[in-house]
Amino acid sequence: MTNILFDGSPKTPTVHFDAETGILELRGRSIPENSIEFYKPLIDWIDAYARDPKPVTQLRVQLEYFNTSSSKCILDLFKKLEHVRSSGNEVQVLWHYETDDEDMLEAGEDYQAIISLPFKMIQVEEVDKK
Amino acid sequence: MVNRIFDLYDELEKRRIMLSFKGDLSPELIGALLNLIEHKLQATEPEQRVRKRVFNVVMECLQNLYHHNHRTLPAGEAGSATGERQGVVMIAQSGNGYSVLTGNYMAQAEVSELKSRLDHVNGCAPEQLRELYKSKLGDGMFTRSGGGGLGIVDIARKSGRKLEYGFVPLDNDNTFFSLNVNVTT
Repeated sequence: MTNILFDGSPKTPTVHFDAETGILELRGRSIPENSIEFYKPLIDWIDAYARDPKPVTQLRVQLEYFNTSSSKCILDLFKKLEHVRSSGNEVQVLWHYETDDEDMLEAGEDYQAIISLPFKMIQVEEVDKK
Repeated sequence: MVNRIFDLYDELEKRRIMLSFKGDLSPELIGALLNLIEHKLQATEPEQRVRKRVFNVVMECLQNLYHHNHRTLPAGEAGSATGERQGVVMIAQSGNGYSVLTGNYMAQAEVSELKSRLDHVNGCAPEQLRELYKSKLGDGMFTRSGGGGLGIVDIARKSGRKLEYGFVPLDNDNTFFSLNVNVTT
């Protein structure tokens, strides 16, 4: 299957979903007006990937900002990955937050409370915005 | 009008307005306003945590204006204004932080529901707001704007203060909604 490689923009994140390595990256800002439209291809991609996933899948989230309409879509990504995990594969979420950004840490913890995937909270000096 | 320019300048200066905009919001314009406020905050606010909170609140408030702005014109009147996302936004420095003020028209029929949501959020302690956010996030419901009603809860969480609001009825169909969100340092 083809990988997803989206360059970031002032309102949308850099996306790199790689079916060969099982590494899915989301980083930068996710603040578009229409998040559903932006996330649809990402959610569809995970659906297709879930049919033949790698033994270990890692979702690396490194966001500086995300709006509430993105938050529902990001939850949908996690839910798709729950399927990958329940079919016997390993899935990890690496949730990055900047030092002092307790709001972003809390946001990660909120997802962790709702989703049955192992989360690892990673503090970084500055999130990678590129 | 020309002799009012100084008064306007003076008023903006006295009220420490960092940004003021009235008009039709497009995604491009929202991007430009966010860019502007982000730069201004770099100069006014030393604490990154506060800068991020203010930016977050401005972002959600602008998107509320974009998604929920609506004015119904009386039958027979030219329909040019209907559907336009006319609104007003002001961001001001206050004694101990920042104020994000927005105003927009909305349908009279939706006022009571919005008011009860605002009152509910204002009655919540921080931990309750967090629980409310999680339950709305996890309920699988999407609204027209995609946020599933999370916007106001998120704004209240980032603010940490009670949301100040007002409704000014215009006619049978329309009400002007005003919101003031304080973010303290």
